[in-house]
Amino acid sequence: MADKRTTVDDIVGELRSGMTIGIGGWGSRRKPMAVVRSICRSDLTDLTIVAYGGPDIGLLCATGKVRKVVCGFVTLDSIALDPHWRAARQHGRVEVMEVDEGMFFLGLQAASWRVPFLPTRAGLGSDVLSINPDLRLVRSPYGAGSPYVGDPADTDVELVAMPALRLDAAIVHTNRADAAGNGQVLSPDPFFDTLFLGAAEHRFITTERIVADGTLADEGHPLSTVPIHRMLTDGVAETPGGAHFTANPPDYGRDEAFQKEYAAAAADPAEWEAFAGRYVLVGEDEYQARVKERQAL
Amino acid sequence: MTEYGVTRAEFCVVACADVWRDAGEVMASPFGTIPALGARLAKLTFAPDLVLTDGEAALMVGAPPIGTPPAELVREAAMTYRSVFDVVWSGRRHIMMMASQIDRTGNQNISAIGPHDRPKVQLVGVRGAPGNSVNHPTSYWVPDHNARSFVEQVDVVSGVGYARAAAAGAGATRFHDIRRVVSNLGVFDFETPDRTMRLRSRHPGVSVDDVAAATGFTLTVPADAAETRLPTPVELDIIRVVLDPGSLRDREVRN
Repeated sequence: MADKRTTVDDIVGELRSGMTIGIGGWGSRRKPMAVVRSICRSDLTDLTIVAYGGPDIGLLCATGKVRKVVCGFVTLDSIALDPHWRAARQHGRVEVMEVDEGMFFLGLQAASWRVPFLPTRAGLGSDVLSINPDLRLVRSPYGAGSPYVGDPADTDVELVAMPALRLDAAIVHTNRADAAGNGQVLSPDPFFDTLFLGAAEHRFITTERIVADGTLADEGHPLSTVPIHRMLTDGVAETPGGAHFTANPPDYGRDEAFQKEYAAAAADPAEWEAFAGRYVLVGEDEYQARVKERQAL
Repeated sequence: MTEYGVTRAEFCVVACADVWRDAGEVMASPFGTIPALGARLAKLTFAPDLVLTDGEAALMVGAPPIGTPPAELVREAAMTYRSVFDVVWSGRRHIMMMASQIDRTGNQNISAIGPHDRPKVQLVGVRGAPGNSVNHPTSYWVPDHNARSFVEQVDVVSGVGYARAAAAGAGATRFHDIRRVVSNLGVFDFETPDRTMRLRSRHPGVSVDDVAAATGFTLTVPADAAETRLPTPVELDIIRVVLDPGSLRDREVRN
C-alpha cells in the first residue's frame, strides 16, 4: 500500500491562496488545529473556509486569511460565541454563506456523490434563501399521474436544491490513523469528516498517532471506529496534540482555560498581538511546548 | 411565591414539560436549563416514551439529574450528529430552541441582529432552525421576555413562522408546527384564526398588562387568559429533589 505519510507544513504547502478548504470536526471539537495554526503562519490569503464552525474560523479570521465562510454556525461550545468571528462579521471583514446545518450536510453529500444538488425542505420560508440569492428551488418531477407520487401532498412540491459544496482541499483530525490513510475516531461521533474528504480534491488527515497498517482495530476497538478508509485520503500527518485546544477524547478534553484566554484576547488588539505572538505565530513544536508549560503551572 | 412556595422558574419548568405532553416516542431536544428540566420531568411523569440525548452522540436511558457527569449516564443507542438529521427529517422530534428574537407570526432569529451582510450583533448562526421548523414540531424558550426579544418582525428569519411558511408553499407547510413559546412571563401559542401569537397563560404574579408592556407587538389576549398551572406536589418533588437539587433553574429565571 502507498505510504501517505506527510507533515502538517507539507499539507499546508499543498494549499493555495483563493482555495475553498473544508475543515472537519464540529464547533470546538476534534478540529485539525495544527493545520489551522500552520495556515495562520503561512502567506495564504483569500481563503473560503467550509466548516461546522469553531475556533478554526475564529483563528483564521483573526489572522486575516479568510475571504468567505460557508457555515451554519460558529461556536466554541462552552463559550457560545467566538468573539473573533463576531468581530470579523461586525466589521464587515468577511463574507458568509450561512445555511441550515442540514443543508450544509447535504451540500457535502452532493459533492461527495458528484451530483449538482440534493433536495430538502430545510431552508424553505427562511431568510437562508434571501441572504443567499443564488440558491434555487427545485420542483418535484413526480406530478399527478406519475406512479411515483407517494403522498398527494408531495405532488409538484417545491424544495430547496442545496448545491454541492465542492472543496479544493479538506483536512480532518483523528485519534489514530495508518500510513495508508485509514482514519480512526475513538470518540463516539465521527461528525461529517468522511463527507468533507469525499467532497474534496486534495484530502488530508492529521492524527494523534500513526500505527502500523492493518492494526487500527487491534486495541480492542471495533472496525466501526474506522470510518475513514484510504480511498478518501491523499496524505496523513502525525501531530500529537494536533486538535488542541478543541476536545479530542479519549486523547484529551477541551483545554477550557486556554480557550477562555483565546476568546478574551479578542477584547483589544494589544492582547491579541500578545496571544498570537505566544501561541499562533510560532511553530507547532514551540506551540506544544508552551501548552505543556502552561499545563504544568 | 405562591401555594407550596412555587417559584417562577418552577412554573416555567412545568410549562416546558407540558409542551411534550402526548408527544409519544419522539426525540425531545431542549435548549436551556429550564427546557432540559421540563423534558426530563415530562419523561418521568406523563410522557415516559420520550427519547433524550446525552448531549453528545447517544440516546440516554431514563432522565438523570441536570449536571450528571457523562461517565454516570446510561446509554441505549447511538445518535451521531449525522443520524440526528434522519430523525429531524423523519419528523420524530419536538425541539425547544431558544430565540434571541421571536415575532408575532412565530419567526425566530438566532443568526444576527441588524442587517445580515454587516450585523450590529453577530449571533451563533441559523444552526438547524430553518430545517427543524419545517420538519417537526418546534417550540421556543425565551428566559428574558422584553420588547427586544418579542418583536414585530425578526431581523433574520432562522426558524420559520406561520406566515413565512404559508408563503413558501406546501413544501414548507406540510410538517410545519410551531406549538408553544414559553417565556419567564407566560406561555404563548398560535391558535388564532390568522396564526399570530396569543397569550395562552400568564405565570402567577404576572398581569396581562405586564406581558403586553414587555411585548413589542400586539398580542391576542383572550378574555379568559388563565394562569399557568401549578406543578403537582409530585412534580415539585421531582424538580426539587431529583432533577435539580442545586437549583440551577433559578440561575436562568429569577423569582
